[in-house]
This record gives sequence, structure tokens and C-alpha cells, in this order.
Amino acid sequence: MRDTTRKRVFLFFGSVFFLLFCYATVNLPPWGSYRGPYGDVISRVGVYERHATDVVNAINYDYRAFDTLGEEFILFSAVLGVMMLLRHEEGEDTREVGKVEDRMHLSMTVRALAMPAILLTVVFGFDIGLHGQLTPGGGFQGGVILASALFLLYVCENTESFRRITSHSLVESIEAVGAGSYALIGLSPLIAGLPFLTNILPLGTTGDVFSSGTIALISACVGLEVTAAFLLVGYTYLEEIITGQVPEE
Amino acid sequence: MIWVGAGLLLLVAVSGLAVVCTRDVTSQILALGFYGVLMALVFFVFQAPDVALSQITVGALALPLMVMLAISRMKYRSAAKRGSEERDA
Repeated sequence: MRDTTRKRVFLFFGSVFFLLFCYATVNLPPWGSYRGPYGDVISRVGVYERHATDVVNAINYDYRAFDTLGEEFILFSAVLGVMMLLRHEEGEDTREVGKVEDRMHLSMTVRALAMPAILLTVVFGFDIGLHGQLTPGGGFQGGVILASALFLLYVCENTESFRRITSHSLVESIEAVGAGSYALIGLSPLIAGLPFLTNILPLGTTGDVFSSGTIALISACVGLEVTAAFLLVGYTYLEEIITGQVPEE
Repeated sequence: MIWVGAGLLLLVAVSGLAVVCTRDVTSQILALGFYGVLMALVFFVFQAPDVALSQITVGALALPLMVMLAISRMKYRSAAKRGSEERDA
């Protein structure tokens, strides 16, 4: 396609889209107004029914926990797909091409500050991940923060420790355990004849860390799964660069 | 509050355009991360702190990281290929 034709096509469809966009904006509800009854109901009864002060997580891990189970397995299978496509098989012929040499080394200050930064990130990750039932956050966010602590290790040129931790087979097991125990928590009420993913644990005192029954437990399982998933994807991408081995063609 | 929200939405529009218009890959990833942080601020102003946290972790952390990892892997592969061609010649 020639450049002028391309521009004409863009201008035509761009203006059509712009008009439709303007038409859509005119009919938007005003700033801050909310017209659905469902949200009002659930924010009124959520805290009393589930003893979780963060109603968003009460919805994610209890009222709509089945949806979250699906999302959990989307992440699980996505990580599985990346690993199947990119990771080296055992016994595959590889050849050494040498590691990448950094031209610019990090200063001592950055290296000295790396460890406190990593520790702070780990503490913050646990804080966000384990208080999902009380404050905004939860297992998913906490898991990503925990995984990012290890990427900080990689950025600070401590490649060997990064490889030792993330290539460990325990990471794969943690991912599987995290995803599987969510399903198991969901299945366990079936023994007592209750529906799938019923909140069967004692709800505890509202505002306590050990409250809200299965919400906190499921959130922790999701945290495990997400942490391991991100570490696995990160190692899969960096495997060749870290080890200096590429498969023989 | 309405002006803060409107200003932030404008900033999001500008930084979204900046992400598209940046040609250099590394600066584009940085722009993408900045865009993610701005989106998180928008969610926070619209009273959705949970979504804001998810947006920070995914849009400002995980997505740029994944793009950066994928690009560094591709660069490494092509450098390795060049190296072997030079050796064969």
C-alpha cells in the first residue's frame, strides 16, 4: 500500500472512530456516580458476612472465587506454555557462546544498597500478600512484589545467586502446590456436602490477621503460585544469557 | 478532586502517545512503565486502591520486565549467531 493511500485510510477510519468515541462519551454517567445495585449491597453486607474489611478481596476470593480459580489457571498454563517453548530440554545439544560482559559495572554504593533494598521488598511483599483480607493488596500483588525482589538480585549483578534460586526445582513445586491447593480448598467443602468453594473455616474477629476464613488462605496460596510463576518465566527468558549456552541448530 | 482526575487522564493520554511515538526500545519500555504508574494513580484517584496496586505490579513492573527480558534474550540470540558466523568464516 502506498503512503498516501495509507494516510487516507487512516484519516477515514480515525475520524469515524473519533465521532463514535465522542458519541460514547456524551452518554457516560457523571463523575463519581454509580448506578449498579450489586456493589452497594455487597459493600454493606460483605464485612458482616465474611469478616474481611477489604470487600474487593472478599469478592475475589469468596463471592466470586470460582472466577479467580480460572484466572489462576490462566497464569499457570501461560507459564507452562512459555517454559515448554523456551526452556532447554534435558539432553539437548548445546554449545558455549560465552556470557555477556557488562561494559559498565555497578558502583560499590549500588551494590551495598542492594541487600537492604531486597530485604525491604521481601518484607513489603509479605505485608501486602498476607493482609489482603484487611487492606488493599492480596496474594497476587504480594507475589509479584516478592518475585521482583529476586529480579533486583539479578540487576545488582548477583547472577549466580539468582540462577541458583530460580533454577531450583523447588520453585516449580511451589507453583504447582500454590495452584493445586486453591483447587483443594475449593473441593474440601464437598466432603461435608456443601457447595464448591464454601467458606468453611472459622471467620474470626473482624480486623484480625487470622480472620475471614478461607479468604486469607486462598490469598496466600495465590501468592505462592504467582511468586513462583514470575520467577519461572524470568529464569526461562534469562536461561541462555545466564548460562551462556544456546541449543545446537 | 474532579480537576486532579481530569489532569491525570490528560497526562495518561499524553504518555500513551509518548509510548507509541518512542522508537528506541529501551526508552519505550521506560515510557511504558511510566504510563503504568500514571494509570495506577488514576485508579487511586477514582477510589480503587486494589486495582491501583494490581496496576502498579502488572503495568509498571511485570509488563516492562517481561518485554525487557524478551528483548534481551532476542539480542543475545542474534549476537550468538553473529559470533558463530564469524568463527566459521
